[in-house]
Amino acid sequence: MRIGIVCPYSWDVPGGVQFHIRDLAEHLIGLGHEVSVLAPADDETPLPPYVVSAGRAVPVPYNGSVARLNFGFLSAARVRRWLHDGTFDVIHIHEPASPSLGLLACWAAQGPIVATFHTSNPRSRAMVAAYSILQAALEKISARIAVSEYARRTLVEHLGGDAVVIPNGVDVDFFARAKPKPEWQGDTLGFIGRIDEPRKGLPVLMKALPKILAERPQTRLLVAGRGDEKEAVESLPAEMRSRVEFLGMVSDEDKARFLRSVDVYVAPNTGGESFGIILVEAMSAGAPVLASDLDAFAQVLDQGAAGELFANEDADALAAAAVRLLDDPARRAELRERGSSHVRRFDWSTVGADILSVYETVTDGAAAVAADERTGLRARFGLARD
Amino acid sequence: MPPVTATLIWIVVGLVAIGLYLSWTAGRLDRLHARIDAARAALDAQLLRRASVAQELATSGVLDPAASIVLYEAAHEARQAEEDQREVAESELSQALRAVFGEAQQVDAVREAPGGEEAAHELAQAVRRVPMARRFHNDAVRAARALRRHRKVRWFRLAGHAPFPMAFEMDDEPPAALAERQAA
Repeated sequence: MRIGIVCPYSWDVPGGVQFHIRDLAEHLIGLGHEVSVLAPADDETPLPPYVVSAGRAVPVPYNGSVARLNFGFLSAARVRRWLHDGTFDVIHIHEPASPSLGLLACWAAQGPIVATFHTSNPRSRAMVAAYSILQAALEKISARIAVSEYARRTLVEHLGGDAVVIPNGVDVDFFARAKPKPEWQGDTLGFIGRIDEPRKGLPVLMKALPKILAERPQTRLLVAGRGDEKEAVESLPAEMRSRVEFLGMVSDEDKARFLRSVDVYVAPNTGGESFGIILVEAMSAGAPVLASDLDAFAQVLDQGAAGELFANEDADALAAAAVRLLDDPARRAELRERGSSHVRRFDWSTVGADILSVYETVTDGAAAVAADERTGLRARFGLARD
Repeated sequence: MPPVTATLIWIVVGLVAIGLYLSWTAGRLDRLHARIDAARAALDAQLLRRASVAQELATSGVLDPAASIVLYEAAHEARQAEEDQREVAESELSQALRAVFGEAQQVDAVREAPGGEEAAHELAQAVRRVPMARRFHNDAVRAARALRRHRKVRWFRLAGHAPFPMAFEMDDEPPAALAERQAA
């Protein structure tokens, strides 16, 4: 099958959607399909052979953080050329409602279109204003995928219609096979995420840390992710700062080893999450997970059966739960085991098969994707000859 | 230029703009109807596939005689049903599948039979795809109905003679044992 995938966010900047698209494309290529990904990227960035650049993305504040998006005349022309050259059987647009390549592609294409909705942002004023414009583009989508039951609910409330739920995929065995690193083991709490992004929840964890250290002074907190390290520990008493170790950005291999090593993985995110791929990765690596009780997290953790939940933004509850887990090796072993069997449903073998089922359902008997030629004036009045 | 001419020009410009807008809306509606047709064809294909696999399994001798009869009956009814009985017949096939493949042991028994691995895989795929195809179909129906209810479409009869689209309502809950197999 010839598959075109549209990535709305800049390929140069790492992010959940970009990783998802990369893994999906590689999984599909591995199965023998022809895949082309259209993504915003700087001209000098080295791109994998299956990625086509749609030009430089412009940083714009969107959905609570700064996103790098593509729009304008030039991008629209590139989208058309890509659609025309690709002769795809199906195109798969990610985030079709974000004002970027996804929406442009939706506008410019006709034929079998599959769309994945990743975010579950509350209804914004801009969305309401753009609703009628969006609707005309979005009603071309033949099949909608939501990454979680929560994302589906937002989609149904905001745009109407329905979607099938297919979670994001993870290469479970990659994490399960990683080797633990001895220096990251022994009474360690792990956190991965941008340090300076408050929605990732590091401030909540920092607030809880003195209470955890009071009970268990030997505990260490390992933080992987970019951001200002000094600022992050400012709220801590000086003598406790040495208990926090910053690892900076880590490679995929180190991330897997990190998750294999830590005693408890903590996800104190305060909002803005529609799925929580990091929890799936942690469970794949066999790390017991302690996460805030966001809707999306509760669903990934099987309502608390595959990992522990604490009340969102409640540092005391986080501290109590962390101490309880660190004190109880039997409970941690139980969570490891439950997590490992629970994550199989997020493995690419399952998720990829589901996504292919969607492709096959919409392409059954349909024509290939083509650029949506605007009907000429003559044709509109029934004067054109075929 | 006398003011009357200017007014006339503005009226003509306005009428042309309205005409273009209506024509664009008619194009949108046409595309939605085409999408419904494609989605309906896909749904029919999936339903038929499911009924065929069920019938194959029922006549294969892998299942016990009682289960075979129940499944055969339901699959046969689903395939033969008249258009207005279709939703009921397909729902009954879903119920029959749930009754027969409610337990993991039954699925395992099918897998162990010669050629059973393939049949079980086909059935698992079919019971997964029917709800997908139905959701995509009903989503298209919902979008078309929303547009057709609009004043401009009703007043100018932009939908022409196309029938008002109907959602396909049925019970498509897959058997637990087969759904789990997919997840495992």
